[in-house]
Amino acid sequence: MASLFEYAPAPESRSVVDIAPSYGLFIDGEFTDAADGKVFKTVSPSSEEVLSEVAQAGAADVDRAVKAARKAFEKWSALPGSERAKYLFRIARIIQERSRELAVLETLDNGKPIKETRDADLPLVAAHFFYYAGWADKLDHAGYGANPRPLGVAGQVIPWNFPLLMLAWKIAPALATGNTVVLKPAETTPLSALFFADICRQAGLPKGVVNILTGYGDAGAALVEHPDVNKVAFTGSTAVGKAIARQIAGTDKKVTLELGGKGANIVFDDAPIDQAVEGIVNGIFFNQGQVCCAGSRLLVQESIHDELLDSLKRRLSTLRLGDPLDKNTDIGAINSAEQLARITALAETGEAEGAERWSPACELPSAGYWFAPTLFTNVTQAHTVARDEIFGPVLSVLTFRTPDEAVAKANNSQYGLSAGIWTEKGSRILAVANKLRAGVVWANTFNKFDPTSPFGGYKESGFGREGGRHGLEGYLDV
Amino acid sequence: MSESTRLNVFKTYKLYVGGKFPRSESGRVYEVTDSKGNWLANAPLSSRKDARDAVVAARKAFGGWSGATAYNRGQILYRIAEMLEGRRDQFVREVGEAEGLSKSKAGAVVDAAIDRWVWYAGWTDKIGQIVGGANPVAGPFFNLSTPEPTGVVTVVAPQDSSFLGLISVIAPVIATGNTAVVITSEKSPLPALSLGEVLATSDLPGGVVNILSGKAGEMGPHLASHQDVNAIDLAGADAALAKELEIAAADNLKRVLRPQPVDDWTADPGTTRLTAFLETKTVWHPTGSLGAGGSSY
Repeated sequence: MASLFEYAPAPESRSVVDIAPSYGLFIDGEFTDAADGKVFKTVSPSSEEVLSEVAQAGAADVDRAVKAARKAFEKWSALPGSERAKYLFRIARIIQERSRELAVLETLDNGKPIKETRDADLPLVAAHFFYYAGWADKLDHAGYGANPRPLGVAGQVIPWNFPLLMLAWKIAPALATGNTVVLKPAETTPLSALFFADICRQAGLPKGVVNILTGYGDAGAALVEHPDVNKVAFTGSTAVGKAIARQIAGTDKKVTLELGGKGANIVFDDAPIDQAVEGIVNGIFFNQGQVCCAGSRLLVQESIHDELLDSLKRRLSTLRLGDPLDKNTDIGAINSAEQLARITALAETGEAEGAERWSPACELPSAGYWFAPTLFTNVTQAHTVARDEIFGPVLSVLTFRTPDEAVAKANNSQYGLSAGIWTEKGSRILAVANKLRAGVVWANTFNKFDPTSPFGGYKESGFGREGGRHGLEGYLDV
Repeated sequence: MSESTRLNVFKTYKLYVGGKFPRSESGRVYEVTDSKGNWLANAPLSSRKDARDAVVAARKAFGGWSGATAYNRGQILYRIAEMLEGRRDQFVREVGEAEGLSKSKAGAVVDAAIDRWVWYAGWTDKIGQIVGGANPVAGPFFNLSTPEPTGVVTVVAPQDSSFLGLISVIAPVIATGNTAVVITSEKSPLPALSLGEVLATSDLPGGVVNILSGKAGEMGPHLASHQDVNAIDLAGADAALAKELEIAAADNLKRVLRPQPVDDWTADPGTTRLTAFLETKTVWHPTGSLGAGGSSY
């Protein structure tokens, strides 16, 4: 892009984080090699630099970890809630103390900008543990009757887009309610979960209460299938979510699934354009669009289409793409070569199907995995880019004339995770919010998260809620 | 003609779909007997086409029913109790025949079933306050979580408790604004089919409850894999069928309520069945601010 002015580099220092050359699995309070000795490498997506080598869990390791969690369950679930709470408060505090280190680590392993890990991921991670810590001794008052009981061993499988935050969403409510945990982080982002294991040790958490297994999908499937797992929690793709739902059919396992989305961000003609543009940008370019609740379908009222698109394109031309550790970076790297290939293929499909593609002039670094912010206009509901989750910085623009048409188009999706509404008219916000079949609706804002606020989808975006009082239910026998 | 020689009029039992009383499109019926094996009636043996028609009717009714006020839904559920009370004798006879109960025991079952409608009539405008609410987020935002109905729910009704069990699984589904496609007890479908006549005269919009008699094993797989069904209650499915249907339900990630052991249908039902078919919607809006000074009042 032709910059208005150049910025000097402003990188965050890497020296706050010390990444070991190799890591084991965290089972029963100890780091240990995989039973078959397998390892895999994790790379920094912005440079393809190998960061570390981690153990690759197999079925034998899953079994060992579940046994450790089972053994720990008896004492952990019998602890007074007030004592469990104090462990979680300790963890929350240690995360706050080590938040810069963890932010840099997460940026290195995931590729997302330091501005986001520092200002969004890490504060939310600590807040989530702090919030659920407070529930541990108040479960009798949570609205599920007296003395609700934990389920047992929770098998949790999380994605790579918010590695530590998704860990927090899973582990904090599980431990608060008295369950023990075996968690598998995504294969491209294993490191922050392993650092979290160290935080558990610092907090003095009893052995086996939290077990971390780094590995691939086969380890996740083995964990879901393990007969001694009582609860399955998964965040990831809808295809894997369906496979899990089939796997656990006919068992007593309780399951929560947070899956894909194709969020509609609806802009009415009376919306404040500049604010809406900021919201649209945040909606689809936050975390390179690798967000299940991204506002990936822009629905613009026809009368303001041209004006809004001009503003949006102007704004996109000012986004800075590059070194994720640079504090001025807006757009970081795509998480993996595989994800980049998927985004690239879907964008090519968009062009092939006749949608009009636009990106700002944008120089991509030579190493690493990068994708320029991209808009598609002249998109219809039949286009692949309007239907499939792209999970990348690609926005599809559609138009509407009436509120009813906006609602019909917004709901025309197999998904139902998020939606946005931009209008100055209060009654229209409430009417449209009421009609949208989505679990989270942001009105005149987008991509806001809070530990007290339940999050989760309708339809094929999954079921169950994470966050808030609602988030306790998935971990209790209620 | 003396009363003793008068030939009584048999009832043709029919399905209840979209507010109407069709026969099965398949033209099939099956013999229904009482607990001693005496013939009672021929019931429609519903087909998968009947099941698909019922889903269409339930989907069509969903917008209006879910959009009705909770107060209005409560009024209608209470009206169902009123209509049932007026037909008490008929249901005491039908339940007694179906389940082999004495008149007094069948009477107690019907009374409990009427009271169950009253219980759920009272829940329609309270469940939102119990499971929803404002969330104190750390920022200048109004944030509110509200329960909403999941959509079209397939209900495999209990096999043994053909009336109280049936009502105990239908009422919570529709109280919150869902619409239902119900597969009756296979062996004892008659009380359920007669319930359709009560629902039809209770101001319940057509299509909110659709009642199909026949085999859960035949219709269940089609409803469990149906792309326009949002949830399934497996109350009346045996373990093997429940597993098969749960696997089919994963195709579009239906919400699944697995069979729960119920010893006594007259016991306090709690809220589990009400909340099983609810989604939670959370709406955010900035709160703005009224200037730094503010007011302490």
